[in-house]
Amino acid sequence: MRLWLIPILPLLGAAINGLFGRRFSRQLVALVALGFCGAAFAWALWAAAKLSGGSYSETIAPWIRAGAFQVNFSFYLDHLSLVMLLVVTGVGFLIHVYSVGYMWEEGGFYRFFCYLNLFMFFMLTLVLGGNYLLMFIGWEGVGLASYLLIGFWFTRDSAASAGKKAFIVNRVGDFGFLIALFLMIRHFGSLNFDQVFGMASRMNPETAGAGLLTTIGLLLMVGACGKSAQIPLYVWLPDAMEGPTPVSALIHAATMVTAGVYMVARSHAIFERAPMALTVVAVIGTLTALFAATIGVCQTDIKKVLAYSTISQLGYMFLACGVAAFSAGIFHLMTHAFFKGLLFLAAGSVIHSIGGEQDMRKMGGLRKKIPVTFWTMTAATFAIAGFPPFAGFFSKDEILWRAYQVSWAYWLIGVFTAFLTAFYMFRLWFLTFFGEYRGEEPRAHGEHGHGGIHESPRVMLVPLVILAGLSIAGGWVGIPGSLGGGNQFERFVGPVFHAAIPAGGGEHGRETARQEREAEGSEPETNAGTELMFTGISVSAALLGLLLSWWLYCKRTELPGRIARAVDGFYEAVLHKYYVDELYAILFVKPLIDGSSKILWQGIDRGVIDATLDNSADGAREVSDTIRHMQSGNLRSYAGWVAAGAAGVIVYMIWIGVR
Amino acid sequence: MLHLILFLAFGAVCVAGAVNLLVQRHPINSALSLVVVMGSLAVEYLLLGAEFVAAVQIIVYAGAIMVLFVFVIMLLNAGEEEYSNKSRVAHVVGIPGVLIGCVLIGWVLVERSHTEAVAVGALPGAPKDIGWLLFHDYLLPFEVTSILVLIAIMGAVVLAGRPEPVQQSKKES
Amino acid sequence: MVPLSYYLVLSGILFACGVTGFLIKRNLITIFMSIELMLNGVNLSFVAFAAHWHALSGQVFVFFVMVVAAAESAVGLAIIIAVFRTRETLNVDQVNLLKL
Repeated sequence: MRLWLIPILPLLGAAINGLFGRRFSRQLVALVALGFCGAAFAWALWAAAKLSGGSYSETIAPWIRAGAFQVNFSFYLDHLSLVMLLVVTGVGFLIHVYSVGYMWEEGGFYRFFCYLNLFMFFMLTLVLGGNYLLMFIGWEGVGLASYLLIGFWFTRDSAASAGKKAFIVNRVGDFGFLIALFLMIRHFGSLNFDQVFGMASRMNPETAGAGLLTTIGLLLMVGACGKSAQIPLYVWLPDAMEGPTPVSALIHAATMVTAGVYMVARSHAIFERAPMALTVVAVIGTLTALFAATIGVCQTDIKKVLAYSTISQLGYMFLACGVAAFSAGIFHLMTHAFFKGLLFLAAGSVIHSIGGEQDMRKMGGLRKKIPVTFWTMTAATFAIAGFPPFAGFFSKDEILWRAYQVSWAYWLIGVFTAFLTAFYMFRLWFLTFFGEYRGEEPRAHGEHGHGGIHESPRVMLVPLVILAGLSIAGGWVGIPGSLGGGNQFERFVGPVFHAAIPAGGGEHGRETARQEREAEGSEPETNAGTELMFTGISVSAALLGLLLSWWLYCKRTELPGRIARAVDGFYEAVLHKYYVDELYAILFVKPLIDGSSKILWQGIDRGVIDATLDNSADGAREVSDTIRHMQSGNLRSYAGWVAAGAAGVIVYMIWIGVR
Repeated sequence: MLHLILFLAFGAVCVAGAVNLLVQRHPINSALSLVVVMGSLAVEYLLLGAEFVAAVQIIVYAGAIMVLFVFVIMLLNAGEEEYSNKSRVAHVVGIPGVLIGCVLIGWVLVERSHTEAVAVGALPGAPKDIGWLLFHDYLLPFEVTSILVLIAIMGAVVLAGRPEPVQQSKKES
Repeated sequence: MVPLSYYLVLSGILFACGVTGFLIKRNLITIFMSIELMLNGVNLSFVAFAAHWHALSGQVFVFFVMVVAAAESAVGLAIIIAVFRTRETLNVDQVNLLKL
């Protein structure tokens, strides 16, 4: 099946564009980039068609062989990675097409597509890797690509700093990931998925406190927090909006930030046997979802609202994984890729049409002027709010239902967050498209000789329409049984999470198989009626959010200002993102910089290393300065030294002789 | 017995001459003291039976070398030494060094060396025997030494000769 | 009968006087004479050992030492004359052009 071609094709595109793109015309650069990305998508489809028997793995070449420890370049495809693969290549290709239009007038065109293809290569390595080490390479690589793309307009200080911040915060998470890998090597002797999960599933669940699996799980979660922007390592994602909007769509909505969810889902064998780690995952996910939603309510930059929305939705996915509903989490990952990608691309279209303005307070009344963007964004907004029959409804509802079965607290916070999500998304919708236009006339740019608000070119609109279709229909593969569907998604991906037991496990194997099925929980065995009631509750929460935002931002538009002034202190705190960035600056950044400059630079580098060299040179000079007085030109002093030397030699000889 | 008395007497003369060399301020006095030292050393050689060496000592050392010294002193009209003390090292480092060396050597000699006596004329150094050695066993050093003397003569002539007049006419042309 | 060590002590005293003279005297010619004194002390010890060990080569060596001392004194005095011509002084402290 030649799985290795799927990552390599975008790498070739990146190499060609990177090495020769400067001399290409824009059309050629776009052709190369789109061609290789599209080829990867096509090959992925073909691999999907050819996949039989649930999983497929191929080993290309050995890589590390150190005694009993061996790691190969091996790729692995099962239904889980197939879903991720199709999402990454499909949505990625659409965003490539969109970027051609969006970045057409920007400088560095070839560089952008080189980085974009490079990102695809690393992401596909991450998804298709057959062992943790290849996944880690992809993991690090997407971090690198993210840094390059966030800081694409590197001449802007804020963009360069945002890129650095993203990379460094990611690294903190990667540290946890690395330690987990080391623990795996130490205790399992291997990093290959089949061996690690085989050995893990033979171990007993750790119900009494922390053991090896809990530690590995928690460390993996640290890595996922960094990559997928959960508490406490989420601070890089809002700053990452400094990058071009297609970058935000691809990396910080659809694919890279979901790598953490994918990794946790892939490691389900470890997590299922470490209940404490699962609880931590769920708690972090829930808290992050709520926290980010509250911040998103007050933001005025359209992309920042979407960024906090991403963090919040990722929290939902981690909540799903934390209650062992892995397939629900992956389902939400897929639908989220559709509607969040669409939201970002449409936001980019809005920004493009009004000439670069991103502040929502300066928008308004755009729905007549950019109709295609308006209708596609409407579809995405309804999808993320969780209205049936759009995509987000089915996935979010599944998560909330499964969360309730573990604890009502998860469910309650989840529903409240759904209300907040609907509220701020419709707030965005109303502020942008309704009311009067509050901004200035956009400047003329590019080939558009006239100023004025205009729709985006077709190359940008076609991906919007396609993604809108997916946002509407994408959830229909996961309609749960209680609503009359067959839940094909669960049936497609679910077996991955059951099949961790090696064949012939015997009595113990069957026992854990049954427990796993219960923990993972295929179709719930409880009342379909209860499930319908909860569905109704979540839909009403979304409706409530819609009505509240309509009232505040359409009808009585002076009210938000009055409310903000009434809760002034609290409002300021939320507006400034609860001052978390400032807190981190005081706690971590400032001590690090101070320690580095005062201790490492001035203390050690200048004080010890340089000083040693300088002082040894000075010392040599002083010694020679002193000794030079021996050369006085005076005969008698020479004679004196000779006599003293001779005496010394005589003493030595006599001493030798006497002994 | 006589041997010992003679040795001690002429040894005392030797040492007195050497000390006088150090003490005197005018170089001519030092030169004459040195002659005294050499003379008494020749007697010591005779006491040891080295006739040829004693004779050569008187002829070459006292008779030629010291005369050369005296001639040079006279030629340069060397006067009494001026006082200048520009080398602390020589006094601070050198003299203690010398003292240490001597004391040690003396100690070694007195404590550990043989106390066998050397008889008067223990090893007769007749010219015939020395000549035999010189022209048989030590022929090569002998010949080389003669070349050395030749070189020394040439060097002395060149060094001490009157400097050539500066050829100003050549420089101006 | 005179023990060998007496001769050697005498030789040592002469040598020590020579070195001391070399160190404390300021006239170039006097320094040169101290060198000769050192050589004489050494000659005495050679002859004493030759007599003690019945080896005539000791006296032959003294012969060579004397020849070399003669040559050396000739050349050295020629140098002193040359120095006197240029520096107009025989004070060794003022012949210090090699000072760093």
